[in-house]
Amino acid sequence: MTAVGTTTPPEAAAPLRTRTVVWRGLTRSPSGFVGGVIVLLVMGFAFLGPLLIDTTNPSNSDLIWTGPSSEHILGTDGQGKDSFLTLVAGGAEPLWVGILAASIAVVVATVLGSIAGFVRGKLDTFFLQLTDITMTIPSIVLMLVLTAMFRSITPTAIAVIIGLTTWAPLMRSVRAQVLSLRQREFVEAARLQNIPVRTVIFAEVLPNMAGYIFVNFILAINNAIYALVGMYLLGLLPSTADNWGLMIQESWKSGAFKLPEAIPYIAAPLALIILFQIGLITMGRSLEQALNPRLRER
Amino acid sequence: MVTLAPKRHAETDLPPPKPVNPLLRLWRVYVVRRIVYALFVIWLVTSGTFFMVRAMPGDPIEVIAGRLSQQGMNIDQAREQARQVLPYDPDANIFSQYFQYFGNLATGDFGWTISQRDTTVLEQIMKYLPWTLFSVGLGVVVAISIGMTVGMIMAYKRGGWFDHVATQIASTVSAIPNYLGAMAIVLIGSTWLGLFDFWDMRGRLTEGVEPGFNAVFIGDALYHVVLPVITYAFTLTGAWALMMKAATTEVLSEDYITIAKARGLKERRVGTRYVGRNSVLPMMPTMAFQVGTLVGGAIVVEEILSYPGVGQLLVKSISLRDYPVIQAVVLILTCAVVFSNLVVDLLNGWLDPRIRSGEATEATK
Repeated sequence: MTAVGTTTPPEAAAPLRTRTVVWRGLTRSPSGFVGGVIVLLVMGFAFLGPLLIDTTNPSNSDLIWTGPSSEHILGTDGQGKDSFLTLVAGGAEPLWVGILAASIAVVVATVLGSIAGFVRGKLDTFFLQLTDITMTIPSIVLMLVLTAMFRSITPTAIAVIIGLTTWAPLMRSVRAQVLSLRQREFVEAARLQNIPVRTVIFAEVLPNMAGYIFVNFILAINNAIYALVGMYLLGLLPSTADNWGLMIQESWKSGAFKLPEAIPYIAAPLALIILFQIGLITMGRSLEQALNPRLRER
Repeated sequence: MVTLAPKRHAETDLPPPKPVNPLLRLWRVYVVRRIVYALFVIWLVTSGTFFMVRAMPGDPIEVIAGRLSQQGMNIDQAREQARQVLPYDPDANIFSQYFQYFGNLATGDFGWTISQRDTTVLEQIMKYLPWTLFSVGLGVVVAISIGMTVGMIMAYKRGGWFDHVATQIASTVSAIPNYLGAMAIVLIGSTWLGLFDFWDMRGRLTEGVEPGFNAVFIGDALYHVVLPVITYAFTLTGAWALMMKAATTEVLSEDYITIAKARGLKERRVGTRYVGRNSVLPMMPTMAFQVGTLVGGAIVVEEILSYPGVGQLLVKSISLRDYPVIQAVVLILTCAVVFSNLVVDLLNGWLDPRIRSGEATEATK
């Protein structure tokens, strides 16, 4: 997504490559750089950790809820398992679901938004009303009911549900962007050459929005993880593999959080999720500024 | 297909308008169109919920029968009795159930709950909804007032140290999901530092305190609402400050501000009449949208902080397959969003006539 295409800030004459924008957004502002580093570190911990560290984690009834020690750096949990190893093993699933859900939301939003904004007319009205309705349904409620419908739900299915309930606000911003892009000379030129609308949208308009879409993708991961962890905390998702969301939920439900020894067990996944969210937001904001020169000037 | 000739030119030399059907003329009134549309959305969501909850696995008969058989009743007998206790006929055609439901709704009758005997859905909701509105409302008010003040100061002192520090803090804090913020507050404040006792603060009232207009009740209600309010305020203030900063900055760069200043108007007058008003107005849609959606977002917070509001009621009802309550809660949440949007749209339409004629999307972009 980052490598292809160029992006044109609304008022600049020379198009900027998306890669340039991402690079600029992340290196020019210290907060964007810090955000990017945090995101990479958390993702590295979650995805590479299980490959580098052996996560076999036997339960030990002698070690229920012990505080941090040299042997167990984050202490042990309610079954006497090492908290750090659970933490290493539990990050891949929520992050993967979040990224997948965000991709689905972004694809749906981009396709519908660009068609609506470009073609206008009846189709635009219809899509807009569809978004209105989707935005009206409290999405968390829809997710609750949908997940309750499946007894054993796979992570991919959760991602699909989240993706299909969170695309609407994104679609609006993509549409707004396309509305301004379609007035440009190069689009006019393409249309005069009688190039099919489909080609104009996907070959001419969308590449110009790659950076914008990328920013939205980052913010969409944020929303998806917000929804996902929320569902875990409500106890709606099956408790199968090690998972940060489940770690928090189980210890909260069982009241373990009032034990001072259990603090590291809950605080560690909590801190990682919050850090990841903060990293994504700061990164997204910096990229947005790199994309939009008007914001940058201020 | 691409239409080569721009359509726009044709519009200027239209034939004189023909006399139109009065219904059609009514339809052209923006307010009417908007209200009809809002009602349509509510109908659609309500119908969708009706069929969706019935598609969920597990049905209320099993839930009631399970409860009865735990009291020592034979399971077949329990099922039979559950059928009779049920406030509707489970064997009736789903469409006749649907029409009956809407017929009752039209008279303001939400029906009876399934999980609690002899309680109407309305009674049940009135037991929970006020507490959610109380906690969320208080949180939003705190967040908006602090956020707007800080945001405006940030915009005026743009580039200064306060702006830098406040922007960093605001964007960091606004990235924290509200329920995780609530957990962090409890973990750090109660379990770790022992600043307050979360176990004592759970629930909405201390046992034995009777609702009434007296100091004990109000004090106790405020004591129990503190954590939810801090949570909502903590996670919303940052976003509000940033939005207000952006809006104010935008207004400050407008020509009319420069002109107003050049005219020698008093700083205070420019600040309130020119900057304040023009930066707050564009934020009204966000405000309404937030109030509408926040009740839905309160679900997880209420569960985590064990604050019995409408969110907790919904989660409980889903696990008990209490269809009438689920439907009513979704209906209320939807109405909240739809009506807040409606009010904003009508207000915007009144402020900006371009919207009424349907040119809004192009005019504002």
